[in-house]
Amino acid sequence: MTAQSTFEIVANVIAETSEIPREKITPESHSIDDLGIDSLDFLDIVFALDKKFGIKIPFERWTQEVNEGKASVDDYFVLKNLCARIDELVAKKNAGA
Amino acid sequence: MRLEYFEMIDRVVALDRDAGTIHAQADVPAVSPIFEGHFPGHPIMPGVLLLETMAQAAGYLALARNGLVQMPFFAGSSKAKFRRFVVPDTVMDIRAKLVHDGSGYAVFETRIDQDGRVADAEVMLRIMDFPAEDLRQAMLARARTIGLGAGIEAELAP
Repeated sequence: MTAQSTFEIVANVIAETSEIPREKITPESHSIDDLGIDSLDFLDIVFALDKKFGIKIPFERWTQEVNEGKASVDDYFVLKNLCARIDELVAKKNAGA
Repeated sequence: MRLEYFEMIDRVVALDRDAGTIHAQADVPAVSPIFEGHFPGHPIMPGVLLLETMAQAAGYLALARNGLVQMPFFAGSSKAKFRRFVVPDTVMDIRAKLVHDGSGYAVFETRIDQDGRVADAEVMLRIMDFPAEDLRQAMLARARTIGLGAGIEAELAP
């Protein structure tokens, strides 16, 4: 892994996968409300992030938790929170390796 | 193939659930209204239907892997290429290979051969709970018809 932060990697992936200018993407950005990413675009992003980090983002569980009111949309879809979740998944993967 | 019913896969030749591969075949019909329009005097399989055929092969692989408890839906494709014409009354070999097993989605490399490569594409499927029991029953019946169930019959609950 390079010295790039998780946020830098995620922001670059979003800019490459969608047509959102990189400079518009900040840690406070809400991927749905602010960046207008729909669920299908989000799948492409999840696919790219899964590959990039070698993890399996539990997108299905997250969606279910939000739909059932067990989590707020912000918990997963505000980018700084998304990055924190990714860091947790990477740490878990490394701990298990 | 029953093109008008979007039944694109006729039989499963080989399935390896663990490796994430499937080889299926499709008999291109000799006659179909589709060939009357596409194209008069030069009947060929439309590229979109070749893409659908590749997506369905990937879909049956996804169904086999989950024991037909969730339904794959075509969510996207990239790098689709249609290299040669497919004409009526021929047989196509379709192969799909799982390249990424995500959460609620999966990505496959797919291809069609007919004495050499005809088409290829990367296919993404969204995998969701069956929205209707009728659909699940129809997929079970179809899976048995094409021979998908041969290796996984025990898992195919009624």
